[in-house]
Amino acid sequence: MKRWLAAAALGLALSGVAQGAIDTYEFANDAERARFRELTQELRCPKCQNQDIADSNAPIATDLRREIYRMLGEGKDNQQILDFMVARYGDFVLYKPALTSKTAVLWFGPFALLLGGLVLIGVIVGRRRRAPQAAGSDTLSVEERQRLDTLLDKTKDD
Amino acid sequence: MKRWLMLVPLAVFLGMAWFLYRGLYLDPTELPSAMIDKPFPAFSLPAVEGDKTLTEADLKGKPALVNVWATWCISCRVEHPVLTKLAEQGVVIYGVNYKDVNADAKKWLKDFHNPYQLDINDADGSLGLNLGVYGAPETFLIDSKGIIRHKFVGVIDETVWREQLASRYQALVDEAKP
Repeated sequence: MKRWLAAAALGLALSGVAQGAIDTYEFANDAERARFRELTQELRCPKCQNQDIADSNAPIATDLRREIYRMLGEGKDNQQILDFMVARYGDFVLYKPALTSKTAVLWFGPFALLLGGLVLIGVIVGRRRRAPQAAGSDTLSVEERQRLDTLLDKTKDD
Repeated sequence: MKRWLMLVPLAVFLGMAWFLYRGLYLDPTELPSAMIDKPFPAFSLPAVEGDKTLTEADLKGKPALVNVWATWCISCRVEHPVLTKLAEQGVVIYGVNYKDVNADAKKWLKDFHNPYQLDINDADGSLGLNLGVYGAPETFLIDSKGIIRHKFVGVIDETVWREQLASRYQALVDEAKP
């Protein structure tokens, strides 16, 4: 029991450490706050590459959050803000990259692989189904029966 | 059974091996810059030394390296002697002092030598943001019309200069000649 209490206390003490970046921005209304959250989660931090800029503590992420906050204040819409980021940091910053000829493989590659797999399974299953018919009936021929009998007899003798 | 089907696994293996082999030598921290072939962003910022105000027009006229640096950036110190050497060889280098304390930057330039023909004081990182800078050091190659032609992320050492940047810079110099 004591050990559990200690573990819980330790967990509580560490929970503060695990918190992400917190800025104190004042928003005009809840809709704007929601948009800020949505945008910062949709944009990828260029420095710490597997974090969105909402989560990241990198200075560049702080700058980008500030920039998004500024643009929200100016009344820019989401697309304008995303375009602003892409113009500077490229498609890389978008977790949801736009569909262009360059990103088509990203968008459709998995489906193409899935389709390929399904086709492959279809071919294999189809062939298996056809194979027994091609081999003839599933009853044994006379020679096969004799062979089976000798084999069975042998094991009986052992 | 068709004979060629036997080659399918080999082809798949070779394809995967090729991708994985290439992956070994890719640096995921290196992002393609969205700024290539775009004009250097407009700015109006003070110089690090003196009280002149610099704008993008000051960077036009000669092909140059635009080096984003800061005193808090440890690898910039590694890069600094190389830049100094290049400046002595006549390479035009402009500096962008990125999110730095001006007094520290001045001290650094006094202590180590100043390779920059112009040095822009980008204290709040606004120019850096417009350039798509996500760390330091980063170096842009601009042509004589102030168009960004190449970007290098990381420390410029002698090898990088020789193998990646020298020929590009030379090409821009040749291009600028009438």
